[in-house]
Amino acid sequence: MKQQLFEQRHQQAWLRIEESLEKPIGNNSKILAQHYLILCQHLALAQERLYDSALTERLNNLVLRVYRELYKYRSETRLNAYAFFVRDFPLAIYRHRYFIAVAFLVFVLPGLFAGSWTYFDEEAVYTVLDAPQVRDVERMYDPAARKLGRVRTSETDIFMFGFYIKNNISIAFRSFAGGMLAGIGTLLVLFFNGLFIGSIAGHLTRLDFVDTFYPFVIGHGAFELTAIVFSGAAGFRLAYAILNPGQFSRLNALRQAGVDVIPMLYGIFLMLVIAAFVEAFWSSNASLPISVKYTVGAVLWALVLIYSCSGRRFESR
Amino acid sequence: MLDTRYRVEIPGGIKLEAQVVGPIPRFFAFAIDLVIRGILLFVLSLLSIPFGAFGLGGGFFLILLFLIEWFYPVLFEVFNRGQTPGKKVLGISVINDDLTPVTLGTSMVRNLLRTVDFLPLFYLTGLIAMVSNRRFQRLGDMAAGTLVISVRESARAAAVGNIVPLAPATTLLRAEQTSIIEFLHRSKQLSEPRQHELASILDGITHQKHENGVDRLHRIGAWFLGVR
Repeated sequence: MKQQLFEQRHQQAWLRIEESLEKPIGNNSKILAQHYLILCQHLALAQERLYDSALTERLNNLVLRVYRELYKYRSETRLNAYAFFVRDFPLAIYRHRYFIAVAFLVFVLPGLFAGSWTYFDEEAVYTVLDAPQVRDVERMYDPAARKLGRVRTSETDIFMFGFYIKNNISIAFRSFAGGMLAGIGTLLVLFFNGLFIGSIAGHLTRLDFVDTFYPFVIGHGAFELTAIVFSGAAGFRLAYAILNPGQFSRLNALRQAGVDVIPMLYGIFLMLVIAAFVEAFWSSNASLPISVKYTVGAVLWALVLIYSCSGRRFESR
Repeated sequence: MLDTRYRVEIPGGIKLEAQVVGPIPRFFAFAIDLVIRGILLFVLSLLSIPFGAFGLGGGFFLILLFLIEWFYPVLFEVFNRGQTPGKKVLGISVINDDLTPVTLGTSMVRNLLRTVDFLPLFYLTGLIAMVSNRRFQRLGDMAAGTLVISVRESARAAAVGNIVPLAPATTLLRAEQTSIIEFLHRSKQLSEPRQHELASILDGITHQKHENGVDRLHRIGAWFLGVR
């Protein structure tokens, strides 16, 4: 068939399909599928018969548009919150277990080191933090200041919530992204955050601010510290794909890693939102007795740890 | 050869083609988005100050700042056919490398990894990554398995007009016929001397010189196109 005849014969159909793509209501999947089949056939004919590039290009673009519409509503785009919470996230945690172990060590070892150093050596904290930072931290957790009645209003709670969201989640995202630099970025973020947190804890323990510091951090720490370790693990997952792609090309290994880490990213994000919420509205509440803070904190830690270990049964063998 | 065509075989048994887009349109799209984000943040900061810079207003501002910093592209890519406003202006769009629409997951991976592509400054890493592979993928695109393609409609072939078709004296292969049709369609984009030059290559078919050659070729093209 000559090209012109082909075009004349199907012009109306193509215009109709183009029109239906413009209006969102017209995209029910049955009609889309019909359009898709018709267009595929036309494009195949046009390619086979070597019609000129203007026509094949037009058909190609039309198929591409219909194809994108058709695949817009895959189940993947509709997040199944229940399945994610019960299965996908724990399973992803299980599959990342070695990376989590590495991230844990990179985070906790510098923390322990810095903690014990600042605990025994008064000056040590100044090697990690500068003097104004140390003063700020001391003021925040000074039991004497607490008794003077520094009461936070709900307004400042919301401000701090925003601050924790922005600050902490950005750190976690950066720690993940650092995996692309063969893991060096992740390593640095984890290492220095461990160092930072450890030296603050050690320093405050030495000053005997125990009863203000630990009840404050224990609650949200369950979510925050765990999520930081998870974000490091996700970063190391990428790094591992780059450094040791195995039997895949580096690019394909990286792509697979990119797919694997997606549930981790969702989970990390949610955990840090919870952490920010707990930190702003629960941890900061100084009127509650310490025993309640510790009990709730311990329960939260237990829940997070049990949950994190619940993914193994979903691994198919 | 620098070929920006990207081919995928899709269900339906055909090879679908897309044009991947390089750094320059992507830079302009990013710049437009940057301006939009800047204006957005400016307006938000003005709105939040009456509610307390270190209270309610400040808190919400920080949350929005965080969301705009990390999720502005994600939101648009997932819910607006892979296009942030800047990409829409430039007629480009983010898509999975099997040419299906980006999902929340892939969009998040590619946009969280922006931080790395930005290093050490002004997306230098991303630029180097982009120009060193055929698909113009920055690092985030590689990990997410995404591409940026052109979705701008190419110009339709103009109507042929009143050309009296002419059957060629010789038999031609299909590919040769198509080239002559293409010549007919594209003549308006070519200068006249260039048209003559191209037509003179085929004087064995047209048996004519100069203007007559071009004219003859157009008529043969119309014949192959199916004008009767």
